[in-house]
Amino acid sequence: MVSLSLLMPGQSGKLVSLNTERPVDQRLMALGLIPGMVITVIRRAPLGDPVEFRFNGVEICLRLQEAAEIWVDVAADCPIPRPPQP
Amino acid sequence: MSAAVLPRIAVVGNPNTGKSTLFNALTGLRQRVGNYPGVTVARKSGTCDLGGGKLVELMDLPGLYSLAAISPDEQVVMDVLLGRYQGTPAPDAVLVVCDATNLLRNCFLVSQIAELGLPVVLVINQADVARDRGIEIDVEKLAERLGISVALVSAWRGEGLAEVRRLLDAALTTTQRLRRVAWPKAVSEAVTEVATQAARDTGRTVPEVLAQRLLFDVAPTVAESLGWPEQARLPVLKAARERIRAAGMNPPAAEPLIHYAQLRQDLEGVVCGSSKPTKTAAVDRLLLHRGLGPVFFAAIMLGIFWTVFALAKLPMEGIQWAVDWARGVVAPSLETTPVLQSLVTDGIIGGVGAFLVFLPQIAFLFLLVGILEDSGYMARAAFIMDRLFGWCGLNGKSFVPLLSGYACAIPGILATRTIEDPRARLATAFAVPFMSCSARFPVYALMCSAFIGPWYGSGWESIAMVGMHLVGLLVAVPVTFILTRVVLKVRPAPFVLELPRYQLPKMRDVLWRVWQSVAEFIRKAGTVIFALTIIIWVLSYFPRDLEQSAEVKNQALASGATPERADALAQAALVENSWMGRMGKGLQPVFDPAGFDWKLTVGVLASFPAREVIVSTLGITYALGEEVGADSEQLRDAMRSATWTDGPRTGKPIFTLPTILALMVFFALCSQCGSTVATLAQESGGWKWAAASFVLMTTLAWLAAVSVYQLGSALL
Repeated sequence: MVSLSLLMPGQSGKLVSLNTERPVDQRLMALGLIPGMVITVIRRAPLGDPVEFRFNGVEICLRLQEAAEIWVDVAADCPIPRPPQP
Repeated sequence: MSAAVLPRIAVVGNPNTGKSTLFNALTGLRQRVGNYPGVTVARKSGTCDLGGGKLVELMDLPGLYSLAAISPDEQVVMDVLLGRYQGTPAPDAVLVVCDATNLLRNCFLVSQIAELGLPVVLVINQADVARDRGIEIDVEKLAERLGISVALVSAWRGEGLAEVRRLLDAALTTTQRLRRVAWPKAVSEAVTEVATQAARDTGRTVPEVLAQRLLFDVAPTVAESLGWPEQARLPVLKAARERIRAAGMNPPAAEPLIHYAQLRQDLEGVVCGSSKPTKTAAVDRLLLHRGLGPVFFAAIMLGIFWTVFALAKLPMEGIQWAVDWARGVVAPSLETTPVLQSLVTDGIIGGVGAFLVFLPQIAFLFLLVGILEDSGYMARAAFIMDRLFGWCGLNGKSFVPLLSGYACAIPGILATRTIEDPRARLATAFAVPFMSCSARFPVYALMCSAFIGPWYGSGWESIAMVGMHLVGLLVAVPVTFILTRVVLKVRPAPFVLELPRYQLPKMRDVLWRVWQSVAEFIRKAGTVIFALTIIIWVLSYFPRDLEQSAEVKNQALASGATPERADALAQAALVENSWMGRMGKGLQPVFDPAGFDWKLTVGVLASFPAREVIVSTLGITYALGEEVGADSEQLRDAMRSATWTDGPRTGKPIFTLPTILALMVFFALCSQCGSTVATLAQESGGWKWAAASFVLMTTLAWLAAVSVYQLGSALL
């Protein structure tokens, strides 16, 4: 299980959990981001943040800070992403 | 049309579903625009002919993904649907607009609307796009499963509108209701519990749909609007959520999980066909490319800026010409009564001209912003720019308003309407007037060309010009940071930015919005600007000591001055003795620490309604007549040779480097634009924020000018 903010563009994960106490996650759930939903990283903004994701047929941008508390399972054949080097 | 109250139908739907296009197509031009009381949410309604002269009132509500209210827009939807506004009962039916290309996600809102128990018509819009992508929707099957009528339409192409009218007509009399989800026992018990307790504590009836919001929502927006005090609310909600948790569910996640499970069953076999890769993805690979994306962005923004800054100049000059022409036509016929002549030409015609002149910029900006929004690029612009603005509480959509602010603050403030997050919207509107608008340019140009250029060369002149354009921005950043972190108690909306599909904007919708913004500006801000102009006219016209000015003129003529020069001196004497002149002299001590003499003080005071007035006011007080411009060599000479006539600095020049810098900094920061203040009041829903902006900017301007002058004088 990894944080969504660590996935690189092109990688996908299956949603495991999100922080349901935040309004942002309530909105994401309303958009269909519920456990088991596949979420794909499309691209990062030119300045690195926010990040564009695709799930449930919608393209949604989130800030890294918010994505950090969303947890996904990455498919077995996908390399586990490492945090970006500082 | 009879005076009887028309049946009312609320139009709701997710953003980017073409809801407004459908609304416009159904109502035509029979629309009314206003504001919901107490909030800055546009209230749009229109009359729709269902056929055979049967009229209904359609209310276009803000687009939203879920009834879970966080922002004022979403709260408004809930309040309208439940009839909680004074004098506006709950609607007789609800028209829900969905996007055919993504029915599952759109239907979440439909499931929530079902809880209202009102008749519902489901309109699946953008059927043409879905068809092109190979998506087929079995409308019959869906209608059967949901228990209501469903129409598949394309509002953009005007297809299926007759069917929508027929279904709306039927919905007004039907007893059929949208099928509600079967809530697990624990949830429905918890909802009933919350509804009962909330009704007891607030003394109002609390329908189940409202109780669901109290129970499920993380943000307390609905609870606060209900006036349910926290100490009574929290234990009740805690107990109710505990009951749901005991049944093995996570309370905030229960609603989406239950709805989506049901929707997957409902849509099974309804939506068929594969979704082909879209053109949008291909375009985004280019427009959102890490390297090329910002280049396209910069090009588009430059285009917008050029349009508002340069292209709008032409019609603005046309309006200015028309105003001057009107003056010239009217003036001779009133020559016998100079008071009336001046009131009509300077006060009334000038006052009307003062706000008419903004219309080209507003219209151009709204045209371009409308195209950006409806084409889908605005969301991309926000995506690209968010990192630069997010940290100080603004967001990526703040960029366009702030950029427009460099041309003119009025269209900039109006453009903040595109920002969904209420906190970022208000903070952006507050920051826009700090951007150095084109009306500040003449002041900088006059000071730089009269002094800095001749003294230090054109290199420093350019640096000073650029520097002055950055002063406001540098001050706006910390102001905005403090405003959003400390002062603004508005709850920020979560940053969940959808990148909608690219589409061709429907020009009729865009032009309609342009017209509505222009009309609203004239109606609301226009009246205030007009009144301000009249007040300033009174202050600088009365009391009119004609004897004294005649004496000044005669003395000048006697000492060999030309008649023009004598007239100018007489006019200067009139202004010096007007209330405005007396105020300038009286308030000069306030501006003395910034190095301003009484003439500059009069200039500053007279410039509060519109800062560009400073140049012509200086022209009058320096007895050069009011026709001088920033490039007037005479005015430059007069200013260069101006000296202090009293006080400790007697005989020394007034315009030294510290004074010049202090004056420019003052103009860069001061809130000297009645139109901006009026527009800010219009857009923030009251005079509170407009007054705060005025006081803050003026205070900062004074502090900065005094600091610059004192520091400069000490160093030089």
